Amino acid sequence: MASELKLPELGENVEKGDVVRVLVAKGDAVRKDQPVLELETDKATIEVPSSLSGTVTDVRVKAGDQVKVGQVVLVLDTAGATEAGPEPKAPPKTPPPDEAPPKGDPQAEPARKEPPTKAPPVEEPPRRERTAAVVDFASGRAGSAPAARAEVAPDAAPGDGAGVPAAPSVRRFARELGVDLATVAGSGPGGRIGQEDVKAHVKAQMSGAGAVAGRAAAPALPDFSRWGEVESRPMSNIRRKTAEHLSAAWLAPHVTQHDKADVTAFEQFRAEYGRRVEAGGGKLTITAALVRIVAAAIAKFPQFASSVDMARDAIVYKKYVHIGIAVDTPNGLLVPVIRDADRKTITAIAAELSTLSQKARDRKLGLDEMAGGVFSITNLGGIGGTSFTPIVNQPEVAILGVSRTQTEPVWRDDAFVPRQMLPLSLSYDHRVIDGADAARFLRFVVEALEQPLTMLL
Amino acid sequence: MASTHVVIIGGGPGGYAAAFYAADLGMEVTLVDTEANPGGVCLYRGCIPSKALLHVAKVIDEAQHASAWGVTFGQPTIDIDALRGFKDGVVKRLTSGLGQLSKQRKVTYIQGLASFTGPRQLSIARADGKTETLDFRHAIIATGSRPSTVPGLSIDSPRVMDSTGALDLPDVPKTLLVIGGGYIGLELGSVYAALGTKVTVVEMTPGLLPGADRDLVTFLQRRLEKTMHRILLNARVTGLKEEKKGVRVSIEGQDLDKADADQLFDRVLISVGRKPNSAVPGLDTTRVKVGARGFIEVDLARQTAEPGIYAIGDVVGEPMLAHKASHEARVAVDAIAGHKVAFEPQAIPAVVFTDPEVAWCGLTETEAKQQGRKVEIAKFPWAALGRAQAIDRPEGVTKLVIDPETERILGVGIVGAGAGELIAEGVLAVEMAALATDLKLSIHPHPTLSETLMEAAEVFFGHATDVYRPKRK
Repeated sequence: MASELKLPELGENVEKGDVVRVLVAKGDAVRKDQPVLELETDKATIEVPSSLSGTVTDVRVKAGDQVKVGQVVLVLDTAGATEAGPEPKAPPKTPPPDEAPPKGDPQAEPARKEPPTKAPPVEEPPRRERTAAVVDFASGRAGSAPAARAEVAPDAAPGDGAGVPAAPSVRRFARELGVDLATVAGSGPGGRIGQEDVKAHVKAQMSGAGAVAGRAAAPALPDFSRWGEVESRPMSNIRRKTAEHLSAAWLAPHVTQHDKADVTAFEQFRAEYGRRVEAGGGKLTITAALVRIVAAAIAKFPQFASSVDMARDAIVYKKYVHIGIAVDTPNGLLVPVIRDADRKTITAIAAELSTLSQKARDRKLGLDEMAGGVFSITNLGGIGGTSFTPIVNQPEVAILGVSRTQTEPVWRDDAFVPRQMLPLSLSYDHRVIDGADAARFLRFVVEALEQPLTMLL
Repeated sequence: MASTHVVIIGGGPGGYAAAFYAADLGMEVTLVDTEANPGGVCLYRGCIPSKALLHVAKVIDEAQHASAWGVTFGQPTIDIDALRGFKDGVVKRLTSGLGQLSKQRKVTYIQGLASFTGPRQLSIARADGKTETLDFRHAIIATGSRPSTVPGLSIDSPRVMDSTGALDLPDVPKTLLVIGGGYIGLELGSVYAALGTKVTVVEMTPGLLPGADRDLVTFLQRRLEKTMHRILLNARVTGLKEEKKGVRVSIEGQDLDKADADQLFDRVLISVGRKPNSAVPGLDTTRVKVGARGFIEVDLARQTAEPGIYAIGDVVGEPMLAHKASHEARVAVDAIAGHKVAFEPQAIPAVVFTDPEVAWCGLTETEAKQQGRKVEIAKFPWAALGRAQAIDRPEGVTKLVIDPETERILGVGIVGAGAGELIAEGVLAVEMAALATDLKLSIHPHPTLSETLMEAAEVFFGHATDVYRPKRK
């Protein structure tokens, strides 16, 4: 008996996929659950198993083909199946429960089409596509993990007896729509939430009003324990703040400009004058020098010490030059600030850097010591690396990343000469800083390191 | 090899509710249980047989009490075999009815013991001796619970029973010791007391029905002090010893008479709670996780750590109540059907079917205190109600736990005759997030005990018709 295998539903909003490989050929005996196709969707590459046992009599797709849900991909002769087919009813019927869409909630569909940036309802199944490595033909659903699993982990149990004031029917309605009732304002007596309130909430969210209430809901994580042992630890406060801050900072359009400074002369200078700086209480480091140089650069390029005020369509220029220095501590990343760096000597800056770094490591930094920066410097050179793309420390608009000095062959006149080269990476907020200005700013820094007199030109 | 869309392991009120609902939704369903028909503990040796006996106990009590109204009956004679026959008949009727309903719904019912052989396969040792393998797409574990035992007190004696043994009604003992003052001990103790047994209850904690609000329990305790021979609180049974004429029991506790501390009982009922049947054979071939207290871990949709395998009822956690299990059954089946659902009740009613009955739902006053949550309590005493007086059952109170800010009803507690029936309205009020005003403005039939709910809401506002309470500030 010939049976057709159709491509099952792959998940929410996934209607098609590209065949990466066909894993069976004409004449092959196929067993139930054996993968027959490797399919690439815009979410993930998945293996599609057969729901039937039998012999392949026709392969209707080939690698590179685009196939749609419901399209016939294979024809099997199930009569000659060696095993009595566990499911004699072929072609596979979609079991009734899966035919049942959420009944009577016209809002469900629009809710699903919500763009993901607008706080996607936590239980929406993008996760299903991502986690489901296997599609089950028979059930017509991606993976065997039903949506409900994805749904319940993030929004833990509501309190008993005193939860959100909403009738059971309204709670069920909200679940189907993926609405967290705790975020819905109830218009009824005692703040009771009705179905109309839920609908109004969804509408408001879709039209963008109040879309980003608090933290943007991240898509739910897959259940990693399916692949091995995991352990979940609470974030430290610093880690959480860092994560929140950088997520917000990431929203600014970033570009990173890379350059290299020849610091051979600087290294000689350091060898000669390092002692003198040390007498002041600090070390003559590249960072200390860069703080002073960046302060000079800012005097020339004031937009590098600005902030974007989108609410007022304004750019705020700061007339003070406080430079933040990223410090790696056992407890996380901290950014103490050196005030008025444009009016300090490198010796003073070095001494201050040493004090602040120590305080950071001892968790003794005051909040005011980490506030007010206009520009940041982050130096990973002590660890290594040839370049990286730092994230601008919003509301600042630029950050200078420093990698490790390497001795490199540099073409001079008509020969290669060994020079010590320092890689620098300047990330900037493209809303206020144009690429050419960034290149000029970074050239200024590079030239100042190579020939400090340029600062005075 | 057979296959099924959904298999349900355990035919109790969770299991058969799941099986029937899944079948009603058009799924192909297999239900596995060790009994000949669905029913589980609830029908075979729990809720139903105990209620049949408690009904008889109530009739005996009322007949005796009737002398106060000028009607005197003779001493009842009790035919224990006929009484057992009545109870067994009820069980038989109901369980075979469920068997019938399974057939009508085309649920494949298999009498046997199921073991997992993998995350998608069961092996079933059938009662007829055959073994069968069953592939499934979804499974619901509804294996329930069994009576707990006390280490050290488990002596092998026919005189020492658990709730199952007590419901078998072997005889009417002259004396009975009930270990554990929870609802099972008090219900079964009440049955035996009505049949003429001198019942002693021993409870470890300072009060009966631990967890229930004390002002409700007081009414029951007052009554039980009359019907029971002795109620020993803050007391522990430390030893049981079979003797020729009974079981020798040593009891420890504060302020115990010598006579209390060492006694001979005809029978002993151990009712110290129940524990989950989570040791399902072959469960280790799946990723299903069992937590510290022996409950299977599930998410809000009642799915276990093994996608596709769900668990419901006593085996997943407290409260171990049939109506919680059958509600969870519908949640799990809806989840299997692809709906986004969660088990999120605001109120799971608890009923103690003693006389008077004690019932509550939602937030209790005790819980509110523990949580440091500010609530207002409105109580209506039954003595002020016409119907309660007319049936000569004035001992009772209906109380509302109310949020002072929104005036929302967060919980309801009732003690009195028929409280178990009355609490249903409380559940609806809590689930619907009703305000005290809603309850007050809903017309309740007169003269009924249900008026106490409306009157309690009136008390909250300080203008109940039948009691005088000073106005709220």
